[in-house]
Amino acid sequence: MSSRMAKQSYEQSIHRMGRIWMSAAMLLILAVPVAISVNLNTWPGLSPLLAGLLPILMIYVPIGIIEVITFSPMLGSGSTYLAFTTGNLTNLKVPCALNAMEIVDVEPGSEDGEIISTIAVAASSLTTNLVLVIGVLLFVQLAPILSAPILQPAFGNILPALFGALGYLYISKNWKLAVVPLTLMVLVFFVVPTAPVGILIPISALSAIAAARYMYMKKLI
Amino acid sequence: MGDYRNSAFMFVLGGLVALFVTVQSVVFLKKAWGEGQKRGMPVDKMRKAFVSSAVFTLIPSLSILLTMLTLAGGLGLALPWIRLSVIGAITYELPAAEAAAQAMGTSLTVFDMPVSVFTVIAWVMTLGIMSGPIFIIVYLKKLQGRVNKIKTEDNRWGALLISAMFVGLISSFLGSSLAGGLISMLTLFSSALLMFLFVQLEKKASIKVFKDFALPVSMVGAMALAILYYGFLGR
Repeated sequence: MSSRMAKQSYEQSIHRMGRIWMSAAMLLILAVPVAISVNLNTWPGLSPLLAGLLPILMIYVPIGIIEVITFSPMLGSGSTYLAFTTGNLTNLKVPCALNAMEIVDVEPGSEDGEIISTIAVAASSLTTNLVLVIGVLLFVQLAPILSAPILQPAFGNILPALFGALGYLYISKNWKLAVVPLTLMVLVFFVVPTAPVGILIPISALSAIAAARYMYMKKLI
Repeated sequence: MGDYRNSAFMFVLGGLVALFVTVQSVVFLKKAWGEGQKRGMPVDKMRKAFVSSAVFTLIPSLSILLTMLTLAGGLGLALPWIRLSVIGAITYELPAAEAAAQAMGTSLTVFDMPVSVFTVIAWVMTLGIMSGPIFIIVYLKKLQGRVNKIKTEDNRWGALLISAMFVGLISSFLGSSLAGGLISMLTLFSSALLMFLFVQLEKKASIKVFKDFALPVSMVGAMALAILYYGFLGR
């Protein structure tokens, strides 16, 4: 079998497998509130349910769709199916996959990148799962330590701590690509410091793509 | 009624969800590993990706654990455990639960939460996160087909496109951190500086271990410095 055919066969099977697992995950998480309602013999009325759900849907439906469009080309197919089932994408799975691809020197979006990214997200999901299980088992012992006031500045600044290092790594390699989106984002956040990052990620990505396309056409990169 | 939020039934549900996520992760891991071997990728390379990703995940997982503990005050331990194990995120679960509680005229800080409020919260947290997975099931194959087409037609532009998306993602978080106050800004620069030092050490001293664990160590170092900055500067 040629390598192109082998790649197509892998692509086909990963999409089939991904759709089956993603559908199963959706059924499973839907079964949770159903089981709770049956067990407690209490079903939510339509109006309180809609009152709680509508504001959330208005924000998180666009974010959910945007996340898929933005992250899936970086992660690859297998990794996307797994990362979106296990969650915590921007704060964990995407940086984790990026870091793994950087460490083993494979290009994001390449065939090897797809393999490494899937291995990284699987390792990350298993680790988080284990940490949460330990957290549940040792709740009484861990709660006072993790919520100790002295540690709060550390946990409150986990995203700057993560993206500072990741930013240096990627921007030092692609500084020309970073000029436009970084300037734009700094300006936006200085004007509106509480702007939701989830909404701004696609705007930042689009500005980076537009600048990259311009520089590519002008042979500046 | 006893504490229904922390009943054995709820923990059995949590256990089933955790088991599902574990099995799915192992299945995808095996699939990618097998494909890597078929393509002749060195096992060492795949093992390195696995180990470094597991190590990298430890600290962000503690942050997820902290969110679980925060939500546990109002919702008990099992429901936050379930929600943060599957299609969840620390940036989503807290606002979703609070919005549902407020719609019922109460708050997550209420310790003695009525069953009717609890079930509404469970439903809202679940239904509110469904858009991404539905979109993936319907459109991911088509979307990846388009990306592959771009890469086939112009490989260099395809690679640049992916890099630009990465840089766009990172820029949005850098902008947010720079505008997030002095401690956030100092933490960001400390983390970048630590990473710079690790990269230099790796280049000058050729010590590979610096590259493998530079990101988690830079992150933990910057978080420790954030405690110090807070001590000196306050909020």
